[in-house]
Amino acid sequence: MNPGVSVAKIRRNGAFYVAESRIRQMSKWKGIITLVAVGNPLFYLVAIGIGIGILVTENSGTSGTGGVEYIVFIAPALLANTALLGAMDETVFPVMEGFKWRKMFYATNSTPITGPQIALGVFIAALVRVAFSVFLYWIFLIAFGVMTFQDSWFAPIVAMYGGAAFGALMMGIVAGVQKDDYFLTVLGRLVITPLFFFSGTFFPLTNMPIFLQPIGWISPLWHTTELGRYFSYGYEISGLMMLIHFAFLTAMLIAGLKIANIRFTKRLLK
Amino acid sequence: MSESLISARGLTKKYGDFTAVDGIDFDVAKGESFGLLGPNGAGKSTTMRIIAATSRRTSGTISILGRDPEEHGPQVRAHLGVVPQQDNLDTELTVAENLYIYGRYFGLSKKFVKGKVDELLSFAQLEEKKDVKVEALSGGMKRRLTIARALVSEPDILMLDEPTTGLDPQARHILWDRLFRLKEDGVTLIITTHFMDEAEQLCDRLVVMDKGKIMAEGSPAELIKKYSTKEVLEVRFGSDRNKEVAPILHKMCDRIEELPDRILMYVEDGEKLLEEIVAKKLHPNTSLVRRSSLEDVFLRLTGRSLIE
Repeated sequence: MNPGVSVAKIRRNGAFYVAESRIRQMSKWKGIITLVAVGNPLFYLVAIGIGIGILVTENSGTSGTGGVEYIVFIAPALLANTALLGAMDETVFPVMEGFKWRKMFYATNSTPITGPQIALGVFIAALVRVAFSVFLYWIFLIAFGVMTFQDSWFAPIVAMYGGAAFGALMMGIVAGVQKDDYFLTVLGRLVITPLFFFSGTFFPLTNMPIFLQPIGWISPLWHTTELGRYFSYGYEISGLMMLIHFAFLTAMLIAGLKIANIRFTKRLLK
Repeated sequence: MSESLISARGLTKKYGDFTAVDGIDFDVAKGESFGLLGPNGAGKSTTMRIIAATSRRTSGTISILGRDPEEHGPQVRAHLGVVPQQDNLDTELTVAENLYIYGRYFGLSKKFVKGKVDELLSFAQLEEKKDVKVEALSGGMKRRLTIARALVSEPDILMLDEPTTGLDPQARHILWDRLFRLKEDGVTLIITTHFMDEAEQLCDRLVVMDKGKIMAEGSPAELIKKYSTKEVLEVRFGSDRNKEVAPILHKMCDRIEELPDRILMYVEDGEKLLEEIVAKKLHPNTSLVRRSSLEDVFLRLTGRSLIE
């Protein structure tokens, strides 16, 4: 064994070594990641700002959006959505790849790196991607005059926190997926898309019939969006609701990481 | 035996009702090239995973460099270089990047790993492919890269699970040459294989495994001497006549094995026996006299061929 191999050092830094390699893998997709990170806000802001936003404002003014322009109302939701989708991309696919498609986690685990370190490394790398996408989106929002730097500096951080919570949960779920035949289709079409519509994204959740509102209550997108609105244009939230939003996301974050740790360890140990 | 790096006693692994490894004992000495020979499903890979601290045993004991792999997984793995049965390289990264990230997993400094990458590329004869994506490599190149990757931490023990399965003869010989060099450098090798020629080429000592059990143990020469004869005469009479002739041949030597396509006759002097057969006007379609191999040992021990 090379004298430079130190198990104590690996115990401390193992997750960062995994994150380093994940970021290297991600860098192979930097063109597409940047294109999505730039194209997404551009298309949404133009379509909603010029198209849907004008339609909404002409028909109902700003009464349905708490007195702000439609684009201002929707912007925190778009920011949150970017964070959540980015986190999902960088947890779901690498975990499927690592365990099933290319089985690289087994190679990593044949070094002193442990299952929980692999999980944490994937998670850290996902956060880097989320930070990149969210900050780029935020810069666009400021450039389009939808948010101001002074009022909204905490909004990208909140969006990232929501992304982290959702990413952790996704990682925990996907680590248990043995057959991927329908998983990704079901996830995309029956979970993510409806979540987008039932999370108070395009209109306040309270506009929904009461029996549909619970979908929003369990949606990390809704909790992140509500916080994002508070931290971008002064949308009013009670102290209790603020606490509930943060507590919900924190619980999701901790539970997701915990489940991922258990499942990674179990799956790597045959 | 010199210092024992690995010592297993009563090692057992069960998956539900199925017993993959059934109470085996073995020791591997420092610098030794130790083989696990057996057909698919013999329990070789499971044994390898237990040694590599990536599978829990059901019962028995195992010590690797004085440590229990279940309690000290990362410490044990720090000493190992693992070449799995299927290459699990990152096909989207380049050849050099695969070596680099693996070196980092051992906590090695960036500077050291960068230097080591060039050395390993030279060892694996992949210098020209340094910046090529792994997906573009041939099977033999990928295998050499996987072996090079396992060497990045300069392991005390290199574990190779079916190192040449799926490779063409030329790629196998290149790989054997590389492994031979490692053996000469004093690296302890643990190799599983179902190729008898590979086991004979690379292993100082081996165990023959079948259905989770160790059937025999020794050096290739010892095993052949103990369980087979010096030579083997292979005769083919055509699939219809083989059965008809077999009882006659049986009277001419102590041990024969009837395979679907040929009859194996175990003797000290194959040419002499062939002359006797021809003298009886039996005239086989084809005949071949060869030295006994581990395949014959396996056939003797289990009544089955290694590759079925």
